[in-house]
Amino acid sequence: MALYCATLALHSIQPGLLAHLAKAPTLSTSNPHRLPSNVVREDEHLLVAAAKAGDAAAFEELVNRYEKKIFRLTMNITRNNEDAEDAMQDAFMKAYSHLDRFQEDSRFYTWLVRIAANEALMRLRKRRPNQFSLDEPIESEDDFIPQQIEDWGPSPEQRFAQTEMRDILRGVIEELPPDFRIVFLLRDVEGLSTQDTAEAVGISEAAVKSRLLRARLKLRQKLNTRFRQDGKR
Amino acid sequence: MNCASVIRRVSSYIDGDLEATIVEEIELHLKTCRDCTILVQQTRLTVRLYYDSDLVDYPVEVQARLHETLRRKICKDPN
Repeated sequence: MALYCATLALHSIQPGLLAHLAKAPTLSTSNPHRLPSNVVREDEHLLVAAAKAGDAAAFEELVNRYEKKIFRLTMNITRNNEDAEDAMQDAFMKAYSHLDRFQEDSRFYTWLVRIAANEALMRLRKRRPNQFSLDEPIESEDDFIPQQIEDWGPSPEQRFAQTEMRDILRGVIEELPPDFRIVFLLRDVEGLSTQDTAEAVGISEAAVKSRLLRARLKLRQKLNTRFRQDGKR
Repeated sequence: MNCASVIRRVSSYIDGDLEATIVEEIELHLKTCRDCTILVQQTRLTVRLYYDSDLVDYPVEVQARLHETLRRKICKDPN
Protein backbone atom coordinates (compact mmCIF):
# COMPACT_ATOMS: atom_id res chain seq x y z
CA MET A 1 0.00 0.00 0.00
CA ALA A 2 1.37 3.40 -0.96
CA LEU A 3 2.16 5.79 1.84
CA TYR A 4 -0.18 8.71 2.42
CA CYS A 5 1.57 11.78 1.05
CA ALA A 6 4.76 9.77 0.52
CA THR A 7 7.08 12.76 0.14
CA LEU A 8 5.84 14.45 3.28
CA ALA A 9 6.01 11.20 5.21
CA LEU A 10 9.57 10.40 4.18
CA HIS A 11 10.74 13.84 5.23
CA SER A 12 9.01 13.81 8.57
CA ILE A 13 9.25 10.22 9.80
CA GLN A 14 11.61 9.70 12.70
CA PRO A 15 14.51 7.31 11.96
CA GLY A 16 14.30 5.85 15.49
CA LEU A 17 10.64 5.05 15.01
CA LEU A 18 11.30 3.19 11.76
CA ALA A 19 13.99 1.09 13.44
CA HIS A 20 11.67 0.31 16.34
CA LEU A 21 8.81 -0.69 14.05
CA ALA A 22 11.09 -2.90 12.00
CA LYS A 23 11.66 -5.09 15.05
CA ALA A 24 7.96 -5.60 15.76
CA PRO A 25 5.61 -7.74 13.64
CA THR A 26 3.24 -5.60 11.61
CA LEU A 27 -0.46 -6.06 12.18
CA SER A 28 -1.47 -5.19 8.65
CA THR A 29 -4.20 -7.14 6.88
CA SER A 30 -1.56 -9.31 5.26
CA ASN A 31 -0.41 -10.54 8.66
CA PRO A 32 -2.70 -13.24 10.05
CA HIS A 33 -1.30 -13.00 13.56
CA ARG A 34 -3.81 -10.55 14.89
CA LEU A 35 -3.72 -9.68 18.57
CA PRO A 36 -6.82 -9.73 20.80
CA SER A 37 -8.41 -6.33 21.24
CA ASN A 38 -7.19 -5.88 24.81
CA VAL A 39 -3.55 -6.22 23.93
CA VAL A 40 -1.66 -2.97 23.47
CA ARG A 41 1.28 -2.95 21.12
CA GLU A 42 4.24 -1.39 22.88
CA ASP A 43 4.96 0.94 20.00
CA GLU A 44 1.47 2.46 19.84
CA HIS A 45 2.44 5.57 21.82
CA LEU A 46 5.41 6.15 19.51
CA LEU A 47 3.18 5.97 16.46
CA VAL A 48 0.65 8.32 18.02
CA ALA A 49 3.37 10.81 18.98
CA ALA A 50 4.77 10.71 15.44
CA ALA A 51 1.31 11.08 13.91
CA LYS A 52 0.61 14.06 16.17
CA ALA A 53 3.83 15.63 14.89
CA GLY A 54 2.45 15.38 11.35
CA ASP A 55 3.91 12.04 10.31
CA ALA A 56 1.39 10.64 7.82
CA ALA A 57 3.18 7.29 7.60
CA ALA A 58 2.78 6.77 11.34
CA PHE A 59 -0.93 7.52 11.06
CA GLU A 60 -1.22 5.09 8.17
CA GLU A 61 0.35 2.39 10.33
CA LEU A 62 -2.32 3.06 12.97
CA VAL A 63 -5.01 2.78 10.29
CA ASN A 64 -3.53 -0.51 9.02
CA ARG A 65 -3.51 -1.85 12.52
CA TYR A 66 -7.12 -1.10 13.43
CA GLU A 67 -9.15 -0.73 10.20
CA LYS A 68 -10.53 -4.27 10.21
CA LYS A 69 -11.63 -4.05 13.84
CA ILE A 70 -13.19 -0.63 13.31
CA PHE A 71 -15.13 -1.86 10.27
CA ARG A 72 -16.31 -4.87 12.27
CA LEU A 73 -17.57 -2.51 14.97
CA THR A 74 -19.36 -0.06 12.65
CA MET A 75 -20.87 -2.95 10.68
CA ASN A 76 -22.04 -4.72 13.82
CA ILE A 77 -23.68 -1.53 15.09
CA THR A 78 -25.29 -0.28 11.88
CA ARG A 79 -26.00 -3.62 10.14
CA ASN A 80 -25.73 -1.66 6.89
CA ASN A 81 -22.74 -1.82 4.51
CA GLU A 82 -22.93 1.78 3.32
CA ASP A 83 -23.36 3.26 6.82
CA ALA A 84 -20.60 1.06 8.19
CA GLU A 85 -18.14 2.17 5.53
CA ASP A 86 -19.03 5.86 5.90
CA ALA A 87 -18.80 5.63 9.69
CA MET A 88 -15.37 3.99 9.45
CA GLN A 89 -14.03 6.59 7.00
CA ASP A 90 -15.35 9.50 9.06
CA ALA A 91 -13.99 7.97 12.26
CA PHE A 92 -10.45 7.77 10.88
CA MET A 93 -10.69 11.27 9.43
CA LYS A 94 -11.94 12.67 12.76
CA ALA A 95 -9.20 10.82 14.61
CA TYR A 96 -6.62 12.35 12.28
CA SER A 97 -7.91 15.90 12.49
CA HIS A 98 -8.43 15.75 16.28
CA LEU A 99 -5.20 13.98 17.17
CA ASP A 100 -4.06 17.03 19.13
CA ARG A 101 -7.02 16.51 21.50
CA PHE A 102 -6.08 12.91 22.24
CA GLN A 103 -4.84 12.53 25.82
CA GLU A 104 -2.07 9.98 25.81
CA ASP A 105 -2.92 8.63 29.24
CA SER A 106 -5.50 6.39 27.58
CA ARG A 107 -5.18 3.94 24.69
CA PHE A 108 -5.40 5.28 21.17
CA TYR A 109 -7.49 2.26 20.19
CA THR A 110 -10.06 2.98 22.93
CA TRP A 111 -10.29 6.59 21.81
CA LEU A 112 -10.70 5.49 18.20
CA VAL A 113 -13.41 2.96 19.12
CA ARG A 114 -15.34 5.71 20.92
CA ILE A 115 -15.20 7.93 17.84
CA ALA A 116 -16.23 5.05 15.55
CA ALA A 117 -19.05 3.95 17.87
CA ASN A 118 -20.38 7.53 17.87
CA GLU A 119 -20.25 7.73 14.09
CA ALA A 120 -22.04 4.38 13.75
CA LEU A 121 -24.65 5.24 16.40
CA MET A 122 -25.40 8.54 14.69
CA ARG A 123 -26.19 6.69 11.47
CA LEU A 124 -28.21 4.01 13.25
CA ARG A 125 -30.31 6.65 15.04
CA LYS A 126 -30.91 8.46 11.75
CA ARG A 127 -31.99 5.28 9.96
CA ARG A 128 -33.98 3.81 12.86
CA PRO A 129 -34.88 6.69 15.18
CA ASN A 130 -36.99 4.62 17.56
CA GLN A 131 -34.68 1.70 17.99
CA PHE A 132 -32.01 3.17 20.15
CA SER A 133 -32.59 4.94 23.41
CA LEU A 134 -30.42 6.62 25.99
CA ASP A 135 -32.97 5.70 28.66
CA GLU A 136 -32.91 2.47 30.52
CA PRO A 137 -35.28 0.04 28.77
CA ILE A 138 -38.25 -0.78 30.95
CA GLU A 139 -38.40 -4.50 31.47
CA SER A 140 -39.99 -6.62 34.11
CA GLU A 141 -38.06 -9.11 36.20
CA ASP A 142 -39.57 -11.89 34.05
CA ASP A 143 -37.81 -10.50 31.00
CA PHE A 144 -34.44 -11.47 32.22
CA ILE A 145 -35.19 -14.53 34.30
CA PRO A 146 -34.13 -17.32 31.90
CA GLN A 147 -36.99 -19.35 30.48
CA GLN A 148 -34.99 -22.49 29.86
CA ILE A 149 -31.88 -23.77 31.49
CA GLU A 150 -30.75 -26.93 29.81
CA ASP A 151 -27.37 -28.49 29.44
CA TRP A 152 -25.90 -27.84 25.97
CA GLY A 153 -24.28 -31.27 26.00
CA PRO A 154 -20.93 -31.70 24.27
CA SER A 155 -19.15 -28.43 23.59
CA PRO A 156 -20.98 -26.47 20.85
CA GLU A 157 -17.56 -25.54 19.44
CA GLN A 158 -16.94 -29.23 18.74
CA ARG A 159 -20.45 -29.98 17.47
CA PHE A 160 -20.63 -27.21 14.88
CA ALA A 161 -18.26 -26.45 12.03
CA GLN A 162 -16.58 -23.04 12.21
CA THR A 163 -18.70 -21.53 9.40
CA GLU A 164 -21.89 -22.93 10.90
CA MET A 165 -21.00 -21.51 14.30
CA ARG A 166 -20.27 -18.13 12.68
CA ASP A 167 -23.73 -18.13 11.05
CA ILE A 168 -25.40 -19.03 14.35
CA LEU A 169 -23.55 -16.30 16.29
CA ARG A 170 -24.24 -13.73 13.58
CA GLY A 171 -27.94 -14.60 13.36
CA VAL A 172 -28.40 -14.50 17.12
CA ILE A 173 -26.68 -11.15 17.73
CA GLU A 174 -28.69 -9.54 14.92
CA GLU A 175 -31.88 -10.39 16.81
CA LEU A 176 -30.67 -8.45 19.84
CA PRO A 177 -32.21 -4.96 20.24
CA PRO A 178 -29.63 -2.24 19.34
CA ASP A 179 -29.56 -0.88 22.93
CA PHE A 180 -28.24 -4.19 24.17
CA ARG A 181 -26.22 -5.15 21.09
CA ILE A 182 -24.05 -2.01 21.19
CA VAL A 183 -23.14 -2.35 24.85
CA PHE A 184 -22.36 -6.05 24.37
CA LEU A 185 -20.16 -5.32 21.33
CA LEU A 186 -18.17 -2.59 23.05
CA ARG A 187 -17.68 -4.48 26.32
CA ASP A 188 -17.39 -8.10 25.24
CA VAL A 189 -16.14 -7.96 21.67
CA GLU A 190 -14.00 -4.80 21.64
CA GLY A 191 -12.94 -5.16 25.26
CA LEU A 192 -13.74 -1.60 26.41
CA SER A 193 -14.11 -0.90 30.12
CA THR A 194 -17.52 -0.10 31.60
CA GLN A 195 -16.50 3.56 31.90
CA ASP A 196 -15.31 3.80 28.28
CA THR A 197 -18.46 2.07 27.06
CA ALA A 198 -20.62 4.47 29.07
CA GLU A 199 -18.81 7.47 27.57
CA ALA A 200 -18.95 6.07 24.02
CA VAL A 201 -22.68 5.38 24.16
CA GLY A 202 -23.63 8.36 26.32
CA ILE A 203 -25.27 6.42 29.15
CA SER A 204 -24.38 5.87 32.81
CA GLU A 205 -22.08 3.09 34.01
CA ALA A 206 -25.05 1.57 35.87
CA ALA A 207 -26.98 1.46 32.58
CA VAL A 208 -24.01 -0.23 30.86
CA LYS A 209 -23.95 -2.93 33.53
CA SER A 210 -27.68 -3.43 33.38
CA ARG A 211 -27.75 -3.65 29.57
CA LEU A 212 -24.74 -5.95 29.53
CA LEU A 213 -26.43 -8.35 31.94
CA ARG A 214 -29.58 -8.42 29.83
CA ALA A 215 -27.63 -8.72 26.56
CA ARG A 216 -25.62 -11.67 27.83
CA LEU A 217 -28.70 -13.42 29.20
CA LYS A 218 -30.68 -12.82 26.01
CA LEU A 219 -27.83 -14.12 23.86
CA ARG A 220 -27.44 -17.17 26.06
CA GLN A 221 -31.17 -17.83 25.80
CA LYS A 222 -31.17 -17.47 22.00
CA LEU A 223 -28.07 -19.64 21.66
CA ASN A 224 -29.77 -22.22 23.88
CA THR A 225 -32.62 -22.44 21.38
CA ARG A 226 -30.28 -22.62 18.37
CA PHE A 227 -27.94 -25.18 19.86
CA ARG A 228 -30.88 -27.41 20.80
CA GLN A 229 -32.63 -27.05 17.41
CA ASP A 230 -29.52 -27.46 15.29
CA GLY A 231 -28.16 -30.21 17.50
CA LYS A 232 -31.26 -32.32 16.84
CA ARG A 233 -30.87 -32.36 13.05
CA MET B 1 -28.90 -16.28 48.23
CA ASN B 2 -31.65 -17.48 45.88
CA CYS B 3 -31.64 -18.13 42.10
CA ALA B 4 -33.04 -14.70 41.15
CA SER B 5 -30.28 -12.97 43.15
CA VAL B 6 -27.62 -15.07 41.41
CA ILE B 7 -29.10 -14.32 37.97
CA ARG B 8 -29.09 -10.59 38.68
CA ARG B 9 -25.40 -10.80 39.53
CA VAL B 10 -24.22 -13.35 36.96
CA SER B 11 -22.69 -10.71 34.69
CA SER B 12 -20.72 -9.02 37.47
CA TYR B 13 -19.78 -12.43 38.84
CA ILE B 14 -18.16 -13.65 35.62
CA ASP B 15 -16.40 -10.29 35.25
CA GLY B 16 -14.92 -10.63 38.74
CA ASP B 17 -16.64 -7.40 39.69
CA LEU B 18 -18.18 -8.37 43.04
CA GLU B 19 -17.09 -8.12 46.64
CA ALA B 20 -15.59 -11.27 48.14
CA THR B 21 -18.50 -11.85 50.52
CA ILE B 22 -21.02 -11.78 47.64
CA VAL B 23 -18.83 -14.15 45.60
CA GLU B 24 -18.79 -16.55 48.55
CA GLU B 25 -22.58 -16.44 48.78
CA ILE B 26 -22.95 -17.10 45.06
CA GLU B 27 -20.50 -19.98 45.13
CA LEU B 28 -22.26 -21.51 48.10
CA HIS B 29 -25.52 -21.38 46.12
CA LEU B 30 -23.85 -22.86 43.01
CA LYS B 31 -22.75 -25.90 45.01
CA THR B 32 -26.36 -26.96 45.42
CA CYS B 33 -28.09 -25.45 42.36
CA ARG B 34 -27.58 -27.22 39.04
CA ASP B 35 -29.60 -24.65 37.02
CA CYS B 36 -27.57 -21.68 38.23
CA THR B 37 -24.32 -23.60 37.67
CA ILE B 38 -25.35 -24.26 34.05
CA LEU B 39 -26.44 -20.65 33.63
CA VAL B 40 -23.08 -19.32 34.81
CA GLN B 41 -21.17 -21.74 32.54
CA GLN B 42 -23.30 -20.93 29.50
CA THR B 43 -23.13 -17.17 30.06
CA ARG B 44 -19.35 -17.43 30.33
CA LEU B 45 -19.24 -19.54 27.13
CA THR B 46 -21.52 -17.08 25.31
CA VAL B 47 -19.10 -14.23 26.06
CA ARG B 48 -16.11 -16.34 24.96
CA LEU B 49 -17.76 -17.49 21.72
CA TYR B 50 -18.36 -13.89 20.68
CA TYR B 51 -14.97 -12.67 21.84
CA ASP B 52 -13.25 -15.33 19.74
CA SER B 53 -15.50 -14.85 16.71
CA ASP B 54 -14.91 -12.75 13.63
CA LEU B 55 -18.41 -12.21 12.30
CA VAL B 56 -17.76 -9.51 9.75
CA ASP B 57 -15.77 -9.77 6.51
CA TYR B 58 -13.65 -6.77 5.58
CA PRO B 59 -13.93 -6.52 1.79
CA VAL B 60 -10.77 -5.46 -0.07
CA GLU B 61 -12.71 -2.82 -1.99
CA VAL B 62 -13.87 -1.22 1.27
CA GLN B 63 -10.27 -1.21 2.46
CA ALA B 64 -9.07 0.31 -0.83
CA ARG B 65 -11.71 3.07 -0.67
CA LEU B 66 -10.75 3.91 2.92
CA HIS B 67 -7.09 4.33 2.06
CA GLU B 68 -7.89 6.30 -1.08
CA THR B 69 -10.17 8.65 0.88
CA LEU B 70 -7.62 9.15 3.64
CA ARG B 71 -4.80 9.67 1.17
CA ARG B 72 -6.84 12.30 -0.69
CA LYS B 73 -7.96 14.19 2.42
CA ILE B 74 -4.74 13.97 4.41
CA CYS B 75 -2.53 15.03 1.51
CA LYS B 76 -4.85 17.93 0.77
CA ASP B 77 -4.77 19.10 4.36
CA PRO B 78 -1.84 17.54 6.28
CA ASN B 79 -2.97 18.28 9.89
